[in-house]
Amino acid sequence: MSARTILPATLVAALVLASALVAPRAWAVDPTELPDARLQARYLALTHELRCMQCQNETLADSPVDLAADLRREVRDLLLQGKSDDEVRTWMVARYGDFILFRPRFSVRTAWLWLAPGVALLIGFGVCWRIVRGRTALVDADSDPVGEEQAPARDARG
Amino acid sequence: MAVFVALVVVLAIGIKHSPQKGIILSPLIGKPAPPFTLPSLDDPARTVASQELKGRWYLLNVWGTWCVECRAEHQMLLEARDTHALPLIGLDWKDDDARAREWLAQLGNPYEAVALDHSGNTAVDYGVYGAPETFLINDQGVVVYKYVGPLTREVWVKEILPRLPARAAASS
Repeated sequence: MSARTILPATLVAALVLASALVAPRAWAVDPTELPDARLQARYLALTHELRCMQCQNETLADSPVDLAADLRREVRDLLLQGKSDDEVRTWMVARYGDFILFRPRFSVRTAWLWLAPGVALLIGFGVCWRIVRGRTALVDADSDPVGEEQAPARDARG
Repeated sequence: MAVFVALVVVLAIGIKHSPQKGIILSPLIGKPAPPFTLPSLDDPARTVASQELKGRWYLLNVWGTWCVECRAEHQMLLEARDTHALPLIGLDWKDDDARAREWLAQLGNPYEAVALDHSGNTAVDYGVYGAPETFLINDQGVVVYKYVGPLTREVWVKEILPRLPARAAASS
């Protein structure tokens, strides 16, 4: 084997090894462990649905910044105090506003956000219904079935 | 076509009404300022307490020596202090005390008192997500206004002074 063929293979091996070494650090942003498996599950769920206010497009769970660590600590402490998931969310919203929730809650201010897709869907159904009804009416009106000879002529016009 | 026009209208409203880019409205406006009792930078044996500040208007300025933008607003803070319009209270956020003292000795101290928030808990109570942030708190202890980013003369003149009661603003 020449050096040319060895080099890529070595490179690939080195990259695989390097990624294997780096990968565990990627999920080790948050090493927090709560004493109880159910609390831990709730902690993970909550930190994955709360926004890191500093980086804004990351969840608390994924963010390595200091403020995210502080907020994760608050989540942990609140859960250990026996607060419910909703109480934790309310605690966060009282300080940082609705923006901290990746899944916004239903309120007067967010109503349009939740209702708009449904309204759009209804409008879509309405439009579909009108088109289908229009075509049905056309078919009903056209009592003369399309004959074999007429078909090529229609194609030519269309 | 109708859909396109509707979309343009919606987006135009969104752009026109969106607050300054990246600024998140604080839910604390109009609510009592979260209470704190923290060690004082001047004398760590003493405390700075929100309770003691009640009865007068003040600016709570969140800063840290690690915060680059805080250096940018420092001159404005000194000018604000010199107007005697209202006292500035510093909240030194997750900082090193020695560095903070050095910073104030070098650049000048605009604060009447500086509270040390080593844990960051008070900053979280105030919904702080990036220093510098400045809160205007009234004599009832209610948050009246919040500004995120380095305080500028424009913000001072257009946002903070007009919110002060006539007597305090007149003395500026």
